[in-house]
Amino acid sequence: MIEVKNLRKAFGGQEVLKGISAVFEKGKTNMIIGQSGSGKTVFLKSMLGLITPDQGEISFDGRVWSALDDKQRAQIRREIGVVFQGNALFDSYNIEENVSFPLRMFTDKPPAEIRDRVNEVLEQVGLPGINRKFPSEISGGQQKRVAIARAIVMYPKYLFADEPNSGLDPKTAIRIDDLLYELTKHYDTTTIVNTHDMNSIMEIGEHIILLKNGIKAWEGAKEDIFHSDNADLNDFIFSSELFRKVKDMVQKLGGGL
Amino acid sequence: MKHILGFFELTGKYFLLLRKAFARPQNRRIFWENYVRELDDIGLKTVGMILFINFFIGGVVTIQTALNLENPLLDRSLIGFAAKQSVILEFSPTLSSVILAGIVGSYIASTIGTMRITEQIDVLDVMGVNSANHLILPKIAATLSFYPFLIILSMFMGIFGGWAAGQVTDLVSTADYLEGIRMDFEPFHFVYSMVKTLVFAFLIATIPSFFGYYVRGGALEVGRASTKAVIWTSIMIVLWNYIITQLLLS
Repeated sequence: MIEVKNLRKAFGGQEVLKGISAVFEKGKTNMIIGQSGSGKTVFLKSMLGLITPDQGEISFDGRVWSALDDKQRAQIRREIGVVFQGNALFDSYNIEENVSFPLRMFTDKPPAEIRDRVNEVLEQVGLPGINRKFPSEISGGQQKRVAIARAIVMYPKYLFADEPNSGLDPKTAIRIDDLLYELTKHYDTTTIVNTHDMNSIMEIGEHIILLKNGIKAWEGAKEDIFHSDNADLNDFIFSSELFRKVKDMVQKLGGGL
Repeated sequence: MKHILGFFELTGKYFLLLRKAFARPQNRRIFWENYVRELDDIGLKTVGMILFINFFIGGVVTIQTALNLENPLLDRSLIGFAAKQSVILEFSPTLSSVILAGIVGSYIASTIGTMRITEQIDVLDVMGVNSANHLILPKIAATLSFYPFLIILSMFMGIFGGWAAGQVTDLVSTADYLEGIRMDFEPFHFVYSMVKTLVFAFLIATIPSFFGYYVRGGALEVGRASTKAVIWTSIMIVLWNYIITQLLLS
C-alpha cells in the first residue's frame, strides 16, 4: 500500500500539486487521471522519488520516504517497477540485457538462473524468443511489453506506469491494460497507472483519482463514474459525444459497468 | 554579471556531478562490461581518424620547415628535429585532443542527452542505480586508459608522416631526418605530453557527459548540448594546455 499525505510541489512560484492525499491499495490497479497539465506526472514522479515534494509525506507500507536513510530508500527502490511513457529501454542493450539488467545489477544470481527468469517474464508478457533483438528492431507495443517485463523481473511490490498506452493502437492498448491488470493480480502489486486514456480507465480502473489543477477533484471506482454528478469528472470523462451517449444509455438501463 | 553567475553555477553543477560519478561501482561486472563497451566506442573507433590526421600533420610540418630552412649553414637534420618537437610537444597531444573533443564529445553528449530525454536515466534512478556513476565513470576510465596509447601511436604516425613527406618531396634525406629525430631528445617532453593527454582525456569524458546529463527538452536541446559540449571541451583543452605548459615547461 502506498499512502500520500498532503503532497505539495511548486515550480518557480507556480504550485503544481496543492495538497494531494490518497491511499493506493495493494492488489489493485489504481489510476491517476486528468487533463494534460493537471499535475499527474509530477505526482507520479514524486512517488517515484524523482521529484522532491515541498511538503507532504509518501509512505510505502508504513515506511515514510522522507524519514528513511539512503540504504532504506535503496531497498524500496528495488521493490519498485516502472514503465515510462516512452518505454525507456536501453538502446545499446538487447532485450535480454534490458530485462535482466536489475537482476544483474542487484543480485548475485548465476547467469542460468537470470536467463530462466528473463524467459519466464518474457513469456508472461507474450514475447518469448526475442531475447537477442534490440529495442529498435521491435514494434512500439512490443517495446512496451519488454518495459513491463523489465519492471516485473524483480517481483516488485509497487508497479508504476506512466501513460502506458500512449502512441499505441486501440487493440494493442487494451492488451497492455489487460497485461497490467493480470500482473497486478499475479504479483499482488500496488499498481499505479497514470493515464488519460478513457478505454484504460473503463477497462482496468479499480480505484481512480481525478486530478485537476493540482488538486484531487474526484475519487472512486470505474463503476461509480456513470452515476457521479461531479462536474469535473463529467467534464473530463464525458467530453466526447460517444461517451456522453454511452452514459445516457447506461443511465436509461439503470445499470453500471 | 548574469553570465558570470551562470558560469559559476554551471561549474558548481559540474563538480557535484563529478562527485556523484566518482563512487565505487555498484556492480563491478557491469562496470567492466560498460568499460569495454566504451573502450570500443570512444577509443578504438577513433584510432583511424587520429592516425590519419597525424600522418598528414607530420608531413606538413616537415615540408613547411624544409621550405623555410633556406640558410645553407643550417643542418638539414633540423627538419627532423622540428617535426619531432612539434609532433610530440603540441600536435599529437593537443590537436588530436581537440579533434577527439569534436568526435567523442558530441558522441558522449548526444548519447547521454538522448538517454535523459527518453527517460532511460530516470529508470536507472528509480531502480536505485547511481546513474552518473553508471554512465560517466566507465567513460572516464576508458579515455584515461586508452588515450595515452592513442597519442603515443599518433606521435609515431606524425613522425612517420614527416619522413614520408620528406621522401616524396625530396626535401630531406632519410639520414638527415633520422639524425634530427634523435637529436637532443628530452624525456621530460614526453612526460609533459602525457600529462597533457591525461588532463585532456579527463575533460573529453567529463564535460560532454555533464552537458548530456542535464539536458531538458527534446532532440533540438540534445543537438544544442552536443554543440556546447564540443565548444566548452575545446576551450578547456586550450586553456589547460596553456596552464600545463606554463607550469611544466617555463
